[in-house]
Amino acid sequence: MSSTFPSGQRPTASDPARPLLTPIKRRSFFMYAGATAGATALVLAGCNKDNNSPNVTDVGSGDFGILNYAYALEQLEAAFYIQILAGSYFTGLAAGSAERQLFTDLALHEKIHSDFLQKALGSNAIKQLTPNFSSINFGDRASLLSAAQAFEDLGVAAYNGAARFIQSADYLTLAGKIVSVEARHAALIRDTIAYNSFVGTATGAGIADDVIDPSLSTPTARQEKSKLPAVVLDTANKFLADGSKISANSFR
Amino acid sequence: MDFFQILTDIEKTDADVYDRFDSRRAVFKHLSGMGKKVTAATLPLLLGTMFQKAYGQTTALPAIIVETLNLALQLEYLERYYYQAGLDRNLFTGQDRDAITIIRDDEVGHIFALRAVLGTAAIPDPGADAFDYSAGGRLAPFASAKDFLGTSQAFVDTGVRAYKGGAVNLMSNKDILTAALNIHSVEARHSSHIRSMRRAYTALGPNTNGTTVAGLEGGGPNDTLPKGWISLLEGGGPVPAVTAPVYGPGADPAKFPAEDNVTHGGLNVQTGTAAPAGLTITAAAASEAFDEPLDAVTVKTIARNFRSAKGVTLGLFA
Repeated sequence: MSSTFPSGQRPTASDPARPLLTPIKRRSFFMYAGATAGATALVLAGCNKDNNSPNVTDVGSGDFGILNYAYALEQLEAAFYIQILAGSYFTGLAAGSAERQLFTDLALHEKIHSDFLQKALGSNAIKQLTPNFSSINFGDRASLLSAAQAFEDLGVAAYNGAARFIQSADYLTLAGKIVSVEARHAALIRDTIAYNSFVGTATGAGIADDVIDPSLSTPTARQEKSKLPAVVLDTANKFLADGSKISANSFR
Repeated sequence: MDFFQILTDIEKTDADVYDRFDSRRAVFKHLSGMGKKVTAATLPLLLGTMFQKAYGQTTALPAIIVETLNLALQLEYLERYYYQAGLDRNLFTGQDRDAITIIRDDEVGHIFALRAVLGTAAIPDPGADAFDYSAGGRLAPFASAKDFLGTSQAFVDTGVRAYKGGAVNLMSNKDILTAALNIHSVEARHSSHIRSMRRAYTALGPNTNGTTVAGLEGGGPNDTLPKGWISLLEGGGPVPAVTAPVYGPGADPAKFPAEDNVTHGGLNVQTGTAAPAGLTITAAAASEAFDEPLDAVTVKTIARNFRSAKGVTLGLFA
């Protein structure tokens, strides 16, 4: 096996973190593991680019890290709905209309979530983030509904995907109290865009796989497709200004 | 043993086999944690552990997980047969029928998933006749689509609270916890759509778009114009004599407050939120922003209303 790597570039016992330089297929990977005697733990470094880069705020570790992760996403959503309320589409909506009630409630709920998490974190809270909504047209119904759907679906997937990292039962319950409200939001926004798309783009009684797994007989049947923090933040960071990007390196 | 041939063969029946194993990093975390050299001799044991973790059937689940998932499973059967009954009675047409079909199918999927996790520990399928959806004659859920949807709301909101209350029992198994939460959020989406349908039937009629109808705080008069989210106590729900407990407190109201609760982790979110400009944080808004868990005892008390004599004999929701 020693000829597999250029000399001087193999991971060694003294520097196991030295990255593998060649992308490795799953099979070759196990072959390497099985055949190595005296192996130490290999760490696949270099799989992710944001290792505490400057101008990227890491959410931290432990339950405060998860709460900050949630706080970052709620900040984003709160800022988004406040922008909607200030925009020309919303201000043109009739009093008492369903959409006026919808966007008002969303703005209230997300601000409640954001302020709550900030208070719960106290001095452990990350900073106020600056969003980047330049890709969204707040005068255009389709543009803002599409963005709302993306944020809400993302929020549900994020909370569900983060739960495995929560250590305290109390914080897990808290996350649970919030995520179902985000799911209600997401479903209503989807239905507002296209009625019956509450669990995925619908064609008759069939659903696409954009939100939940449409299969009926697998271990993930008809379940939300939760996402791990790195995947969520890939999307969320597109809506955060430079200097406000987020990482969650403790939660892989 | 040709390990790679084994993986190839498994891949033919389970295309997701590679995804079921730990990520590369976690595999090494586990390997290094064993403190041993990974040699040809130790490899079979390590691989055995890897497959066991992937399919989870060889080690017994903790009793609390079995209990929690079986309660979830019973609730899923309650709903699955309920939606089936609504479809069988042709209460809905067109896009409304499609929606109820989608929801029924979701419950079918959830049942499959829960049974897959529980294995032989799963309760047997109780059958449709284990349930009495009239709650002993106090409801008429099949009298009309409107009635059906009202009882739907009660069932699905109970389910959301039950999953939420049971989540902490699943913390020792992160994959099961994640699956349960991924079911829980789908149930919340169901509730949102059922509520849109209820607004449609109240204000516009069948097969109309309920999202064009505004919901009212607390659900409006007799909870006939419910928002997508639980607002205050929903006026006791569609039939308060039967449905009020769905929105009420649990066995210990301090731990499991009613749905109008606004205090979380000691923080009052109505008084503690800086309202966006021009808006007020009403008690309704504060109550809507968080859904409340419910303890298993209270969930079962509610669900026992819907057992037939056969359901009692089977020990459903005991």
